[in-house]
Amino acid sequence: MRMRLFCLAILSLCLPASPILAAEYRSGGKLLLTDGISTVEGAGGGGIASWATIAGQETDAGIGGAAHATLVALPAFTLTALGASIGLRDRVELSYGRQRFDTRAAGAALGLGRGFTFGQDIVGAKLRLVGDAVYDQDRWLPQISVGIQYKRANQDTVVRAVGAAQSRGTDLYVAATKLLLAEGLVLNGTLRWTKANQLGLLGFGGDGRRGRSVQFEGSAAKLLSSRLVVGAEFRSKPDNLRFAREDHAFDLFAAWAIARHLTVTAAYADLGSIATVRRQRGPFLSLRTAF
Amino acid sequence: MILTLALSLALQTPPGEESVAPYARSDANAGATPFPDDRLWRTFGAAPGVARIVDRLVELNQNDPRIADIFKGQDLVRLRRVLKEQFCYILGGGCTYSGRDMKAAHHNMGLQTADMAALVENLQRAMRESGVPFAAQNQLLAKLAPMKRVVVTR
Repeated sequence: MRMRLFCLAILSLCLPASPILAAEYRSGGKLLLTDGISTVEGAGGGGIASWATIAGQETDAGIGGAAHATLVALPAFTLTALGASIGLRDRVELSYGRQRFDTRAAGAALGLGRGFTFGQDIVGAKLRLVGDAVYDQDRWLPQISVGIQYKRANQDTVVRAVGAAQSRGTDLYVAATKLLLAEGLVLNGTLRWTKANQLGLLGFGGDGRRGRSVQFEGSAAKLLSSRLVVGAEFRSKPDNLRFAREDHAFDLFAAWAIARHLTVTAAYADLGSIATVRRQRGPFLSLRTAF
Repeated sequence: MILTLALSLALQTPPGEESVAPYARSDANAGATPFPDDRLWRTFGAAPGVARIVDRLVELNQNDPRIADIFKGQDLVRLRRVLKEQFCYILGGGCTYSGRDMKAAHHNMGLQTADMAALVENLQRAMRESGVPFAAQNQLLAKLAPMKRVVVTR
């Protein structure tokens, strides 16, 4: 219910501004790669950090969208993420993401059964408050957005058995993104208020810490051409569950716009220890289409 | 009397250009502060390089279905001249900018964000074809980007 009210509030903020301007509807119009890619949670951003950018290639005069498929192949686990998002007038983003986390052989060792799969659905909304990350090159003010993600893990019994307090949770975040064009740099910093264990796949809150904590997501990238960006990301995560230590996540990535509507991202991600299985690092591959 | 006025106006208007309503001339009209030295100007190939880039930019815009209509009926002879002056001034080439300010120059064009983005893409292409390194391209674009606030009106 609270979630629904929030969405309505966001929409009502967006709508009154539009008809008065009577701007001619226009699809597309964002510069290549300036809408970023999609995170494993479905929001517009980097691969693991949500940014202040709004998904889709639309400008303030249109509606855009994006869809993505991401695979993270870890030594013991496989994470797949599918998602879609809509961008309204480069102001509001609505997103849906679905994650599957296959425990493969490790599932047996964990007592869950071979190939036991955790999953979650994530519904998100983001509102751009101020700033223009791309065009405001004479100001320090970044583009700043606030967002919400409602997450529902699908293995209620198991996540409670490992110590999670709930199988549903809501993340709130504020993100600041800035393109420093003269230097060819993209910088992002995000503060997330969350109680999600392993993004929410292992539920929310736990026997270690029950409530939310503030976590940080950072991205720094260098533009190599108008089509190619390389960079690094960091994401801190809470450590709520007693049975297993949860580590922070890192990645090194290259995003290549192979066509106007298609971006391929290849990364190497280090997700640390997951459910007592240490050193989970491996390739991250994401395909994203946007219009 | 009318004849002298017409004559003086004609004298002020460079050959091949249509006359424009009088305005105060100032380098500030260029809408950006110039780079402190001429390094970037030389990277762009100085006057011949910038001339080639501007001519190509105008040509690309005229043939770009997204924004070609905006350039129909515009004085392209004047546009090429003032764009070359503006780029020269900003890049540290030591030129004087004689054009109107960005607000007046784009007045009543009804430009949208997508129009500006299309022009940026065409400028990127013109610079790339002219062999301007990517980092140098971005330094010029960073000076032009904030003009969106006055150029885009709807």
